[in-house]
Amino acid sequence: MTSLAQVGMGTTLAGVALPSPVLTASGCSAAGRELAPYLDVAELGAVVTKSVMLRPRSGRATPRMAETPSGMLNSIGLQGPGIEAFLEHDLPWLAARAARAVVSIAGGSVEEFVQLAGRLVGAPGVALLEVNISCPNVASRGQVFACDPRAAADVIAAVKDAADVPVLAKLSPDVTDIVTIAAACVQAGADGLSMINTLLGMAIDTDTLRPILAGITGGLSGPAIRPVAVRCVWQVHAALPEVPILGMGGIMTGLDALQFLLAGASAVSVGTAVFHDPSAPARVARELRDALADRGIPGVADVVGLAHRDGRR
Amino acid sequence: MTVPSQVRARLVGSEPVGAYHLLTLDAPAVAAGAGPGQFVAVAVGGPGSAMLLRRAFALYTADPATGLVQVVVAEHRPGTAWLVHSPVGTELDLVGPLGRPFPLPAAAGTAVLVAGGYGSAPMFDLARRLRERGSAVHLVLGAATGERLFGADEAPHVADTVTVTTDDGSTGRRGLVTDGLTALVEDTAADVLYACGPMAMLRAVGEIAAAYAVPCHVAVEEAMACGIGVCMTCVLPVIGADGRSRMVRSCTEGPVFEASRVRWKDVGTLPADVVGADAMGGHR
Ligand SMILES: Cc1cc2nc3c(=O)[nH]c(=O)nc-3n(C[C@H](O)[C@H](O)[C@H](O)COP(=O)(O)OP(=O)(O)OC[C@H]3O[C@@H](n4cnc5c(N)ncnc54)[C@H](O)[C@@H]3O)c2cc1C
Ligand SMILES: Cc1cc2nc3c(=O)[nH]c(=O)nc-3n(C[C@H](O)[C@H](O)[C@H](O)COP(=O)(O)O)c2cc1C
Ligand code: FES
Repeated sequence: MTSLAQVGMGTTLAGVALPSPVLTASGCSAAGRELAPYLDVAELGAVVTKSVMLRPRSGRATPRMAETPSGMLNSIGLQGPGIEAFLEHDLPWLAARAARAVVSIAGGSVEEFVQLAGRLVGAPGVALLEVNISCPNVASRGQVFACDPRAAADVIAAVKDAADVPVLAKLSPDVTDIVTIAAACVQAGADGLSMINTLLGMAIDTDTLRPILAGITGGLSGPAIRPVAVRCVWQVHAALPEVPILGMGGIMTGLDALQFLLAGASAVSVGTAVFHDPSAPARVARELRDALADRGIPGVADVVGLAHRDGRR
Repeated sequence: MTVPSQVRARLVGSEPVGAYHLLTLDAPAVAAGAGPGQFVAVAVGGPGSAMLLRRAFALYTADPATGLVQVVVAEHRPGTAWLVHSPVGTELDLVGPLGRPFPLPAAAGTAVLVAGGYGSAPMFDLARRLRERGSAVHLVLGAATGERLFGADEAPHVADTVTVTTDDGSTGRRGLVTDGLTALVEDTAADVLYACGPMAMLRAVGEIAAAYAVPCHVAVEEAMACGIGVCMTCVLPVIGADGRSRMVRSCTEGPVFEASRVRWKDVGTLPADVVGADAMGGHR
């Protein structure tokens, strides 16, 4: 047994030291402010903000969500105020609380990503950028950047040039071979990888006999996708053991988080769980600390990728 | 505004009332400072539930003295079914009070309150508060059937007049809740309207209010995933103070809106003139 106080919860993600390995997930905690009644944002590893774009965006029509077994579908359409309002209202709020921000950026072209990264240079409290490449590429008739190694690499290389903080590429699981995309992003300069984004899904209303979501298809998240996410982290860590990974997909508990660390993630994001339990990121961190103590493990750093090693306890 | 709390609340009462279930919960932190029109979000299915999303319910009562809150639940699909069948003593994970309450007028006057189905739940507390401040209150309750009326017996205790309508005529007048509303607004010289119920009803009440140029506050019901403002699922097109329309979160900026600001016929669509619609490109 390790005593609770002795468990080292600090971790390093893409060269950035974080006091906790548990972060929020992009699009699931806005820019942190709404969580203030339920947890202390400064105690989280970081707040990963909703993907921000250059201009204000309305998002799609409603219905935008459907609950599914152990999961949900969403088709929000990246509603947000745009980068200028984000810089004016959202980042300062986090910085004033000494919370670290991982700013997620999204664009429809390489140029848009570059402009976003440029606007964020020198902004207060930004620890990392997370590049949401699960966006349709306007230049290739809407094909998602994350599904094409060349397009993904182009975005990452350009953002890397423009940014003054380490850059994470956020990968989509909707690809034949996630290791190929991961390797292309790393080659292009990504300092780390976030995985996974939602899986494309769909549900049909058997009363109206039509799709439930106004956007027809939507992103599946929650515990339903956890095994897919753990598999993705495992495969990428096996192929690229030196590359830092921010793992996510269906984490509800500390033991779920531990699976991701064991598979090779250095830190994790808690997304959909926040809708179930607004204090989830703080609770998951506590439960993870307890789980490490119970297993006599000194700290987070000791379990990253541990499941890949020979032998078991 | 009160800061919401997340609490473990014991279910201390659960009883059928007509077509609904009246649930009583011991939740002092939620009861303190809650206003009419605010809601709670309840986790359903117990620990490890496959139903991830909370269910939202308007507060029917919230008593800071006893620490009890009550909600009126219509059994609908699995989440509400689990809730109404939970035995007394069950610990529920509750977040609230959420959203903005109905605003109370600065001066005493005459208010007409219109409710459809379980939409009457928040109206009783609202009526009491209006009367405490010297306003006259006229309450109109409507539902599809008598079973689906909630609070018709209690209504005379909180309002100066009560009008009851049902679609099938099983209780009160036959017809829609809005049928006699124009006459009521005129006869009482109402200077404010409040409404809670189905969207079509809210829209109709809003139109009557507009015709008489009186303010009208309505509580909308949009599907919600988080209830706390982080997911952006619960939006509807609302005209802002600057005259521009935006997709606005009904969980944090609502559920109460001034009816004239809601673009009723555009709910469920993405109007081209909403702020940021031009940035959607192929994403519509
Ligand atoms: C502000 C507000 C106040 C409400 N007040 C009451 C009330 O006082 N009494 C009452 O009986 N019901 C009320 N509702 C509706 C109630 O939340 C839904 O009927 C309930 O969530 C349905 O759950 P279910 O498991 O039966 O249905 P499901 O269809 O299985 O629910 C699946 C998901 O969709 C969401 N959802 C489905 N229908 C609705 C809906 N109509 N509104 C919001 N979310 C929905 C659920 O929250 C859940 O996330 C209110 C809703 C809102 C937004
Ligand atoms: C409502 C909702 C909105 C999301 N928005 C974004 C987003 O803006 N950018 C992004 O990179 N991922 C977004 N995601 C994906 C999550 O960040 C996360 O990758 C995914 O949901 C898996 O984790 P989870 O199961 O813990 O939610 C969103 C997910 C949900 C449910
Ligand atoms: S329900 Fe999530 S933002 Fe309103």
